[in-house]
Order: sequence, then C-alpha cells, then structure tokens
Amino acid sequence: MPAYDKVKIARKVSRPTALDYINHIFDDFIELHGDRGFRDDSAIVGGIAMLGDTPVTVIGVQKGKTMEENIKRNFGQPHPEGYRKTLRLMKQAEKFRRPIINFINTSGAYPGVGAEERGQGEAIARNLMEMIDLRVPTISIVIGEGGSGGALALAVTDRVWMLENSVYAVLSPEGFASILWKDAKRAKEAADVMKITAEDLYDLGVVEKVIKEVDGGAQNDFGFTANLIKSKLETELAELTAKDTDTLLSERYDRFRRFGEFKE
Amino acid sequence: MKLLNNIRSGIDKISVENLKGKVTAIKDAIPVPEKKEKKEKPKKAEKSADKDKKEEIPDGFIKCPSCSAVIDKKDLGALKICPKCAKLFRMNAKDRVKAIADKGSFDEFDINMESVNPLDFPDYEVKIKSLQEKTGLKDAVKTGRCTIGGRPCVLGVMDSGFMMGSLGSVVGEKLTRAFEYATENKLPVIIFTCSGGARMQEGIISLMQMAKVSAAAAKHSDAGLLYVTVLTDPTTGGVTASYAMLGDIILSEPKTLIGFAGRRVIEGTIKQKLPDDFQTSEFLLEHGFIDAIVERESLPGVLADILKLHNVEKAGEA
Ligand SMILES: [Zn+2]
Repeated sequence: MPAYDKVKIARKVSRPTALDYINHIFDDFIELHGDRGFRDDSAIVGGIAMLGDTPVTVIGVQKGKTMEENIKRNFGQPHPEGYRKTLRLMKQAEKFRRPIINFINTSGAYPGVGAEERGQGEAIARNLMEMIDLRVPTISIVIGEGGSGGALALAVTDRVWMLENSVYAVLSPEGFASILWKDAKRAKEAADVMKITAEDLYDLGVVEKVIKEVDGGAQNDFGFTANLIKSKLETELAELTAKDTDTLLSERYDRFRRFGEFKE
Repeated sequence: MKLLNNIRSGIDKISVENLKGKVTAIKDAIPVPEKKEKKEKPKKAEKSADKDKKEEIPDGFIKCPSCSAVIDKKDLGALKICPKCAKLFRMNAKDRVKAIADKGSFDEFDINMESVNPLDFPDYEVKIKSLQEKTGLKDAVKTGRCTIGGRPCVLGVMDSGFMMGSLGSVVGEKLTRAFEYATENKLPVIIFTCSGGARMQEGIISLMQMAKVSAAAAKHSDAGLLYVTVLTDPTTGGVTASYAMLGDIILSEPKTLIGFAGRRVIEGTIKQKLPDDFQTSEFLLEHGFIDAIVERESLPGVLADILKLHNVEKAGEA
C-alpha cells in the first residue's frame, strides 16, 4: 500500500481514539485532570486503570469524532499544559510504581500564541528529559498520527509500537513536499521518501512492534486491534517489570542513544 | 455523510495548518541563507544582481537589516555588531568559539564527523558536500573542551550557516558525546544554540536526535553537573523543544528569535498578525522561559562568573 494511503487511514475521523482503546483494554479507568499550574488540556486524557490485575497509568492524545468533540479536544493538538499534565501523571506513576502506557495520536503540538507564551518548546523538552529517567516500565503506541515533537514528547519509552496503519514523522508529508518541491500537492511522493509507515520505522529500528489491523483500518474491527494491543501489553509489561530498574533505565538510554548515522 | 465530510475537512484543515507550522520551522532548515546573509556572500550577490532595482552593495560591505546603513564588514568587528545601531549579526561557530573560549584553549572534539544519508534521501550528500566546501564546516556544530576565564568546561556552538543549524545525526551525536564526555570528566556544559529545527533530509532520525541529546543532558544533570544554554538567533523547532530549553541556566542575546512553531504557521492558525516582539528573547524573559538576556560582549564574563558560582575550579588549581 502506498505510504500516503496509510496517512489517509491514520487521519480518518472514524479511526478509534485513545479513549476507545483505554476503555476497551483497561478496567476501572479513573480520569485525572489538570497540570496543577494553568488548566486542564482536553487534548490530553490520562488517569489510572487496571490492566488485568496490574494498576497502570494510561495517557493518550485524544482526537474527536465529531466537530464538537474535536473543538473540545483541539483536534488532538496539545498545549504546553497538556504535556505538563502528562508529566505530572507520569511522575505520579513513578511514585506509586505503576507502569505507564501512552497512546499517541496527534498531528503535532498546537502552534498558537498561548502555546508559545506558555512554553510549548520547554514543555516538550522537559518530557524528553524526564521520561528517560522514569523508574517504571513505559510503553507508547502510535495509534494514528505521530506528528513530530508533539508525539515524541510521549514516546521516550522503553518500547514504542505502532498500529499497522499509523504514521510517525518529523513533519507531515504536505509540509515536507511544500518545502522540498514548493508543492504541497506532492505529499504522496513525499510520504514515499520520508519513511513514515509502521513498516519503514520498524525496519529503521525506531519501533519494536507493528500491531495488525484488519483490512481498511482498525475502525473496521476495533475489537481485533484492541485485543491484540491488550495481550501484547500484558506480555511486554511482565517482561519489563521483571527487569531491575537500573537495567531498565540503561536499556532505555541505549535505545535512544543508538539513533543516528554518520562517518568519521 | 455530509456531516462526516465537514468534519473531515475540518480536520484536514487543522492538520494542514499544523503542518504549515512545521513547514515554516523546517523551511529554516533548508540551506538557503537568510536575506541579510545573502548580501554577505559574493556568490549570492550575482543572483541579486539579475533582480534589478536591488541596491548595489559593494564587495566587502553589508547593509544592516536594522538601520539600513551600508557598513564595511570589517567595522562589524569580531563580535559582528553593527557600529551604527548595535544590531547583532549572526556569528558563525568559529568566531563564536574565538569570542567565548580563552585564547588557544579550545580543544575540538570529533573534527571529522560528517553526515551520511540514513534515509537515502535524494541529493542529500550533494547538498552536504557543497555546503562543506562553502563553509569549511563538516556540519552544523562545533564541540570541544576549553576554559572560560580560566575555568574548564565543554562547549558546543551551533552554526546557522550550515543548513540553518538543523539537527541531524552529526549534530545530535556530537552534542551527545560532548555531554557524555562532560559527565565522565565532571565538567559543566555550555551550548550556544541556533537552529531552524529538525533536518528534514534525515526525517525521523532527526526527531530521534532530540530524545538522544536530551537523554545525555539528563544523565549529566543527574550527576549534579551544570548545564548552561545560550540561545542565539534563531533558536526554533526541535532544538527549542529539546536541549535548548533544558539548561539549569538559560541565557540569550538581545532581540533573538526563540520559539517552537514558526511565526507564519501560527499566523495561519489564528488568522491574525503577530506583534513584532513575539518569540523574541525579551518575550521569553517576560513569560518566564529564560533566566537573563546578556549583551554579546558581556557573555564571556557572565559565563566565567556562572562557572565560578558553581565551584568550577580554575584549570591547574583544582
Ligand atoms: Zn545597524
């Protein structure tokens, strides 16, 4: 399938959202709100829940399925206070030794006046720095769009997985094409050279697992993908939890340390 | 269905606008020097010559974008400051190192590290090669060990003249190694940032450099060591969203562009013009995101004082 077709599936308004997965996979989800500094950002949902017998912290970037919902969720584009809420919840998870699971689905961090005034760059940077040191197992799953720094801010985790029809990129194919060829309409071509599909990123070692969806995308059989995620999470968390914390942290450091190609 | 389409177009619109932000941020990463720099370079002068009506600037002169005075480049001095209006011109990494490190103290790391083409991106190698010839740099950062006011530290200086200081594998690796060296040798790190953001030719690998450098900065911080960033014009995109904003102390020069999203993207999103001082160092100081704005000529002294205040002993006296 051409990469751009995956982009279209990833952006589908009917595509299952973070809350869809959270509600299906976990029991007793209690949503926790706010960054304790400025306000609650509805583009981010998060809280505590049970995965089988294990208490976990779950966080997601939430898109809407209706215009009304999307306005409320700011189309899944978090503000700095959204990232600060995620950090608060992740530090809380660390305190209570809960594993952390992040569902990523954002075209990017919101580019706006308030976002800049309140330090969008600082908020993302802080997450990158803090997440590398969290003393609990962490897993992130790109379930739709993984847009740039706004996605990475939730993806500095022990494992990064992608759904088969999700994408993860440094910028959108449209943006890429308009820079390179001054023509946003060549997004399809851009998508091909950018290496943004789950398969490409698996080959590059950027993600550890690609999770299957039924033909046409997860919305066609939501239970299929959600159940797959659940069983993989259970297996993986058992493995990660068995590691001693220093090993976990040094492996996480190495996971990100190895990215980059150069000669000297 | 109609409703669905409306929703969909709403989403497309938003995500395209968001993209535009990234476009702008990344645009800066394309190796097209800014207008004012165009005039600096004789090669570009030919180009502006065929655009008639352009004012002729004699060789060796430059027009100040701030006060419009035509200035002999020599009069900008070592610190590249307009003698008429005190505007700060961008400094390249070599000049910056000279201005900051004690004379002869800079011992550069990883001098021969250069880019490969991790995503087999068309023409990337060619672009790199031609920029290397033009700038004399291998890539967009210099790192090394030096002393400032006699006190040792690890210094990293980005160079906007090389692909707009964009963050690719080489920049990421050199900065990561600089942090790791500093952690091992219990030294402070000082980084002068200037960058248009991610290097799009390296795609996701560029994005991963943000995490990599931040991780190394975290380890350095965990060891109780000092990290100072000096944000210089421009510091945007992925560099702002990673190591630029992670200093224990964050300094900046006056009237420096610092931000995450590009101005045009934001204007496109909110459908209005932004004030001139938006995303300047003064704006960030007011909103609480940098510690102090320091005049260019005062930077070596201020940095030496900061090292002293963190008990960094003078070399040879430890
Ligand atoms: Zn001037």
